[in-house]
Amino acid sequence: MSDLIAATDLSNARTLALAGRHGGSGAAALTPAAPATRLSLRAKPEAVSALSAALGVSLLTKPKTSASSNGRHALWLGPDEWLVIDENEADLMAAVASSGVLHSATDVSHRNTAILVKGFGAETAINGGCPQDLSLAAFPVGACSRTVFAKSEIVLLRTAEDAFRVECWRSFSPYVFGLLSEAAEDAGN
Amino acid sequence: MWPKQAWKHVYEPQIRAAAGLGVSPTEDDTDHYSSRYAHCDVLVIGAGLAGLSAALAAAKTGARVIICDEQPEVGGALHYDKSVTIDGLDGFTWAQATAANLKQMKNVKVLPRTTAFGYYAQNFVGLNERVTEHLAKPDKKLPRERLWQVRAKRVIIATGAIERHMVFANNDRPGIMLASAARTFLNHFGVAVGKKIGVYTANDSAYEAAFDLKRAGVTIAAIVDSREKPGEGVLAEARSLGIEVLTGHGVVTTSGNLRVSSMSVARNGGGAARKIAIDALLMSAGWTPSVHMFSQSRGKVAYDNETQRFLPGTYAQDCLSVGACNGTNDLQATIEESLAAGELMAQASGYSASQKLELQGSNAFSWSGGMAGAAEGAGPDTTVKAFIDFQNDVCAKDIRLAVREGMHSIEHIKRFTTNGMATDQGKLSNIHGLAIAAETLGREIPKVGLTTFRAPYTPVTFGTLINHARGELFDPTRKTPTHALEEAQGAVFEDVGQWKRAWYYARAGEDMHQAVNRECKTVRDVAGMFDASTLGKIEVVGPDAAQFLNLIYTNSWDTLKPGRCRYGIMLREDGFVYDDGVVGRLAEDRFHVTTTTGGAARVMNHMEDYLQTEFPHLNVWLTSATEQWAVIAVQGPKAREIIAPLVEGIDLSNEAFPHMSVREGKICGVPTRLFRMSFTGELGFEVNVPADFGPAVWEAIRAQAEPLGACAYGTETMHVLRAEKGYIIVGQDTDGTVTPDDASLGWAVGKKKPDFVGIRGLRRPDLVADGRKQLVGLLTKDPKVVLEEGAQIVADPNQTLPMTMIGHVTSAYWSENCGRSIALALVAGGKARIGETLYVPMPDKTIAVEVSDMVFFDKEGGRLHV
Repeated sequence: MSDLIAATDLSNARTLALAGRHGGSGAAALTPAAPATRLSLRAKPEAVSALSAALGVSLLTKPKTSASSNGRHALWLGPDEWLVIDENEADLMAAVASSGVLHSATDVSHRNTAILVKGFGAETAINGGCPQDLSLAAFPVGACSRTVFAKSEIVLLRTAEDAFRVECWRSFSPYVFGLLSEAAEDAGN
Repeated sequence: MWPKQAWKHVYEPQIRAAAGLGVSPTEDDTDHYSSRYAHCDVLVIGAGLAGLSAALAAAKTGARVIICDEQPEVGGALHYDKSVTIDGLDGFTWAQATAANLKQMKNVKVLPRTTAFGYYAQNFVGLNERVTEHLAKPDKKLPRERLWQVRAKRVIIATGAIERHMVFANNDRPGIMLASAARTFLNHFGVAVGKKIGVYTANDSAYEAAFDLKRAGVTIAAIVDSREKPGEGVLAEARSLGIEVLTGHGVVTTSGNLRVSSMSVARNGGGAARKIAIDALLMSAGWTPSVHMFSQSRGKVAYDNETQRFLPGTYAQDCLSVGACNGTNDLQATIEESLAAGELMAQASGYSASQKLELQGSNAFSWSGGMAGAAEGAGPDTTVKAFIDFQNDVCAKDIRLAVREGMHSIEHIKRFTTNGMATDQGKLSNIHGLAIAAETLGREIPKVGLTTFRAPYTPVTFGTLINHARGELFDPTRKTPTHALEEAQGAVFEDVGQWKRAWYYARAGEDMHQAVNRECKTVRDVAGMFDASTLGKIEVVGPDAAQFLNLIYTNSWDTLKPGRCRYGIMLREDGFVYDDGVVGRLAEDRFHVTTTTGGAARVMNHMEDYLQTEFPHLNVWLTSATEQWAVIAVQGPKAREIIAPLVEGIDLSNEAFPHMSVREGKICGVPTRLFRMSFTGELGFEVNVPADFGPAVWEAIRAQAEPLGACAYGTETMHVLRAEKGYIIVGQDTDGTVTPDDASLGWAVGKKKPDFVGIRGLRRPDLVADGRKQLVGLLTKDPKVVLEEGAQIVADPNQTLPMTMIGHVTSAYWSENCGRSIALALVAGGKARIGETLYVPMPDKTIAVEVSDMVFFDKEGGRLHV
């Protein structure tokens, strides 16, 4: 029995939603992001500091803001809601469980996938389907927002002046990637 | 017209063809279109003198400026008015230099060939940019057109004015045109529109067209002015150029075959006409300010009696009109008004000017005059063709007829005559039509009213409006993690909302019916595996989670122990079934809720809505986890045997892991939430694994399943199997008017519960009355006949029409496992009719059915608990 289990250990056998995709243009290159762990974290104001300490990254409370530290990002999504992303795939559920304060954490590592958009036309490409003002003044580096990209919900994080991380649900990712590709093609003009 | 039948095939097609409405293409559009959202501090609509001045002033403050113009290049009226100089430069040259200057500024976007077509709420303006239409060999990568959706903090409307034609007999001959058109031909394109040209005007501006043409060597036969007193400046200039001016005169008709060859001129009020040979006739009745954008912004126009114009009156949004569209005639006044507006709007957006901009402009003449309505020569004859709407062929006489027929509102007159209803929306004709109507009615123009300006300003192609949303990008196509594997296994997919779901797996030589029969048999005899990933999943977390579910569902959740599951019914406030699903309790404070595939999003919203508005005191949070998990259902007598070798850390025995339980452990080394539950009536498991592991685990389970004789099955088989067990599908067997009791689910309503959503609704008299439609089973007398879903049911097939219908079929299938057809139906007083014979009248026959209970297979339910 134990031999059989060893023979079928599939813990490295992930099939990524956007595996093999590449696209974009000279203005905005598109790359599927590597797997990451993610939490949908909900908590009241009094729990914020303990959770921040447990995560090692601040849960900011101002709309459209995020904090990052060593590949771990905490994105404000709502008055009691954060999306926590760890690019090093650390165990986020365990991290918040150690906080000892009232909160709700749900593992959404596989629910979301992400597309990295980079280039001088990144802003324009995303504005091909996203109605938000993405100018640096309105949406500086570190700004984040749960918003729409045409007919899909996305979570947008600006990682550099010319780079964004676009998070979306797994089954919407081919649509988001396809539309971003067309918009990226147009973004250089 | 007779015969009546000819209308459809002869008269109407002929009339439509004659109307020139064109033919909608049937081929695919080979071009592509794009879309872009943009934000700015100041959007300037129109890039003539006013728009450019305003944009310049705004841009100099550092504000983000977008300026657009529908023409290929900026300049507006400077295209033709060669008398203008700005800061010492020829007007058109200044415009191009200014645009070049603006283009170099990082905070400015200059968009020529771009029409602002719609002004929506909160300064949201739609622009249509024609990107490659003017290019002979466009770069294929470039879109043909681009839709811009601009949110502007402030908008400056600088849309200018449109010249009106004169309304007189036979004013539609080729060669008769607006004076500004002839002047543009001459000054911008270097084309003289004739050799001997007549001018008919009520306004000074046409004189300048005559002067320019005369200086270019063209003969001006005469300027016919309906006024007794034209502007003194232009009159003197005409005399010094030797042009004959006939004041107080009108053109009473024209002649000519392929183009105009003469105009007949007579003194106003009658008298003999003099025929003057010409080969072109320029006309101008004055200028209509383009208040379209202002009006679309819901601003109210006001009538200026002195100048007989509608001008921007009360503003509704953060915008300003400048220049000709604001009724400002003087050149220097336009410049100053526009510069001030640019600066003001930038300031309002938070910017300030470091220095005052100044521009000095001059032109030859200031213009006066203008008229609205019919000139001499337009009638009162009822046969004279004095056109006011060239696109819809409406003449002055038609407006008069409309009034005589009793139309007194301009809205009625418009619809009676179709004046202004063509694609130009009356840009030329509205004011004339209004004036003629007012005159005929003996009322003042503002009393007759003005029709509403609507988007789009000019037509916009469908391609631009839909832009990227075509083909695969029309709508998101949601595929489950294991979709590709299922496709390779021969799955045929059906659409369920945006999802693609495996419908059935056809093997070589099988049709759908055969495939479904085989799948149904295999699941009950051996086992089957099914992709249930699309089921909605909501994680409900918090110390008050059970209390929240008590309020949302009809049944009780306090008694559910961690590790166990329960089937739950959710009602709307009105007491009718809204959704159902199995809920597993993972911990005291954590539930894994499942919903129907189609209900996932709305159930989440429904729960979130109640949580935030009705139960905000509860410490509980909801998270959509639908896409976190790939779900592989393994159902059938051999289900345990299939998954057992793969599962670690969970005792799968019936005693340790009974029906309606959930455990967390590992399958193939991958974390799993393993449910023991069933929508088939068989021993069943639902393997939840993180989505990316779905394909590998699917293949691992398949490798166990196939040697045992199990197979993959699709949604059709799932539907049949659940119907064999009488398990309902919300939305198919219920329709928003079905209570739990109607669906024989009364057992799932907590009788002792003090409150839940829908509890008061359930007590309404009609919801507890006798004779309600109830869900029952139907067995056709002929077991081979499968009923049609949606078919109506009657008690007496011999009654007179219209028959009294007592219910309808909600689900009907061939059941290979029962060896006969089965059906579910909503029937009035159905539960009391069990054993009765009812009838389903169909077009070709009447089918006799016996009412039964809803369980057709394994009535005792023993197969669930092995």
